[in-house]
Amino acid sequence: MKLSGYVGGIGVLGPGLNDWPQAAAVLSGKQPYVAAPTVLPIPTMLPPAERRRTGRVVKLALAVALEATSSAGANPERMPSVFSSSGGDGHICHEICQALALAAREVSPTRFSNSVHNVAAGYWSIATGSMMESNVLCAFDASFVAGLLDAMTSMAVDRQTVLFVAYDTEYPPPLHAERPIPDALGVAMVITPERTASSVACIEVALTEESADRMADPELEALRTAVPAARSLPLMRLLADGVAGRVVLDYLDVSRAAVQVHPCL
Amino acid sequence: MTPMQPLLLAEFTSTSCIGTGVAPTLASLREQRSGLTHCDFETVKIDTHIGEVPGVDAQRLPAQLRIFDCRNNRLAELALRQDGFLDAVDAAAARLGRRRIGVFIGTSTAGIMQTELAYRARDPVSGALPKAFEYGTTHNSFSVADYIRQRCRLEGPAMAVSSACASSAKVFGAARRMIEAGLIDAALVGGADSLCLTTLYGFHSLQLSSPAPCRPFDVARDGISIGEAAAFVLLERLSEKVNSESVLLHGVGESSDAYHMSAPHPEGLGAKRAMQAALNSASLEPGDIDYINLHGTGTPSNDRSESQAVTSIFGPTTPCSSTKGATGHTLGAAGALEAVISALAIRNGLMPGGIQTTRIDPTLTAHYIKENRRAALRRVLSNSFGFGGTNCSLIFGRAG
Repeated sequence: MKLSGYVGGIGVLGPGLNDWPQAAAVLSGKQPYVAAPTVLPIPTMLPPAERRRTGRVVKLALAVALEATSSAGANPERMPSVFSSSGGDGHICHEICQALALAAREVSPTRFSNSVHNVAAGYWSIATGSMMESNVLCAFDASFVAGLLDAMTSMAVDRQTVLFVAYDTEYPPPLHAERPIPDALGVAMVITPERTASSVACIEVALTEESADRMADPELEALRTAVPAARSLPLMRLLADGVAGRVVLDYLDVSRAAVQVHPCL
Repeated sequence: MTPMQPLLLAEFTSTSCIGTGVAPTLASLREQRSGLTHCDFETVKIDTHIGEVPGVDAQRLPAQLRIFDCRNNRLAELALRQDGFLDAVDAAAARLGRRRIGVFIGTSTAGIMQTELAYRARDPVSGALPKAFEYGTTHNSFSVADYIRQRCRLEGPAMAVSSACASSAKVFGAARRMIEAGLIDAALVGGADSLCLTTLYGFHSLQLSSPAPCRPFDVARDGISIGEAAAFVLLERLSEKVNSESVLLHGVGESSDAYHMSAPHPEGLGAKRAMQAALNSASLEPGDIDYINLHGTGTPSNDRSESQAVTSIFGPTTPCSSTKGATGHTLGAAGALEAVISALAIRNGLMPGGIQTTRIDPTLTAHYIKENRRAALRRVLSNSFGFGGTNCSLIFGRAG
C-alpha cells in the first residue's frame, strides 16, 4: 500500500511563527525570520470552566488544530485524530514533582487529571464534541514522524480524513536543564485520502536510511533540532514553496522518513 | 472503521501482582487469588491497597542499556524474560527482518518515579537535579518503548501510546494500522506501568482510590486499587502457524467521550461506541461475544456507565467480569494485561469470576459473574477506558 494522501488545512504556531500564512512567508523566504516568544491564544472554543484549567500544552495543540481544521473547511466532529508530543505538560509535571518532594504531598486533583499525556486530545474532543478515535503518542525526539506515520496509516487503511497534531512545550527549571526545549511549537494538518477543494499538496511518505534535510537559515535550523515538532520544518518549507520536491525528515536512530510532495495547482 | 484483517497472537506474556509469567497468572485466576496488599510502597502513606510485582527492584538491565535503569524498565525487563518471549521475538526477527517489526508500547507514567526521587535530591543552592538523573531514558513516555526496541534489537517504527488507562489497548490499533498498510509484518505490542507517587497520590487526591481492595460492581464499591504490570504480545499476520490453539485479534474499536477529563460519560456513550466499533471491525454481532473482560475499575461512576454501555449493546445475559479485584488497576498496562487474560480465558475455556465483590450492585444491569465458569470461549471482548474520555475495546478469539 502506497502511503499517500492530501494535505488540506495547515496550522502552525511557534516562536516567531504566528500562523500558517505568516509561517509560510517566512519558510519560503518572503519574510525574514524574527525570533519571538510563542504567544498562545486563549482557547475560546472551550467552555469557560474548562478554559481556566488548561495549561500551555492544551492552548498550543488546540490553536494549531483549530487553524488546520478551519482552513480545511472540515468538520472536526467527524474526524479521527492523532496527537503526538515528546512530553506532556511540563509545568504540571514540575508542580506535581515539587509537591511530592514536600512532606505534605498535596497533589492538586485538577493538576493530576491534566497531567495525562492525552490532555490536549481530551480537551479537543470536549471542545469539538468529536467522539471519533484519537491516538496519542510519544516518541521523544522522533515524535513528529511517529505521529505522521500513524496519521498516514489511519488515513490510508481506513480511508478516512485524519487530523494530525504535533506539539511540544517547554519544561520549567530544573527539568529544563535536562530537556532544554526553548519554547512552545506546534504543527497541525488535515490529511485526506482523496483530493478536496482545500487540498494544498499530495504527500507520499516512506521510510529511508538517508540523512535528514536541514534548514538553510541557521535560526530555523536551531529551532528544528531543539523542538521535536520542528523536525517538520523541511516539509513545511516545501509546502510553503508550493513546488514539487522531496524532503527527508528526522526520525529514529536507524531510519528517517522521506516525504514526496506534489502541490495541488 | 473498516473491517480489519485478523492478526495472530504469536506469543504473549504478562507479569502482574497475580503472577510473573502466564502459568502463575492462570493459576491465580483459577484459584480466584488476589495479589492486592495494603500499601507499603516506598515512603507512601496512604490508606489504600496496591498490586505490587515482587522482584522488580532486584531486576537488572543489560549493562549496555543501563542508561534506561528505572523501576518501569526493570518491570518491563522482568516481564520480557518470561514465557520464552524474547526467544520468540528473536525468531520472528530472524524470519521477517528487524526492520519489519514495529514496537508499540502503552504507558501512562513510564519512569516518572526517577524524577519524583530527583526532586527530593535537588541541589540546595542551585535547585538543580542530581547529576545522575536521566530524563529521556527513564521519565519520558517513550523510554519504555525505546528500551524494548533496543533490548530486542528491533528496527521498525516505534512509539509509546500514552492515553491514560486505555494506552496499552490502543497499541493494538496502531500496530494493526501499520501492518495493514504494509509498513511492517509484525509488531511487539504491550504495556508497562509501574507504581509511583504521582499516581498513588494523584488518584488519592481525586478520592478515586479505595482504602479496601477494590470491589468492581459491588454495591459498596468505593474506588480503585492501583497495581503495576507489564504485558506483551507478538502480533503477526495470519500464516500456516495458525492452528486450533491459536488466539487471534479480531477487532479493535476506539472512541472519545467528548465529555469530561476525569469522569466517564454518565450513560457510557463513548464506551458503547468503542464496543460497537470493535464489533464492526471484527464483522461480528453482539451475540457472537461469549465473555466480556470489563474495564471495571471499582469506582461508582465507571462501573455504572460501563454497565449501561454493555447492556445497551449486549443485553443483560452476556457474562462479564473485571479482573481488577485480583490485579488492581494497572493503568497504562491494563489493556495489554487484560488482553493476555482474555487470551488465557479463550485458550483454557475459563471465564474468570470477579473477585473481592461480595454483593453485586442490583442497579447494574450487566450480567456480572463472581464465580469462575468453564466454557468453550470463541470470542472475548476486553474494555479499556481512560482519563480524557479515551476508550478502546478489543475482540480476541479462536481462528475461524
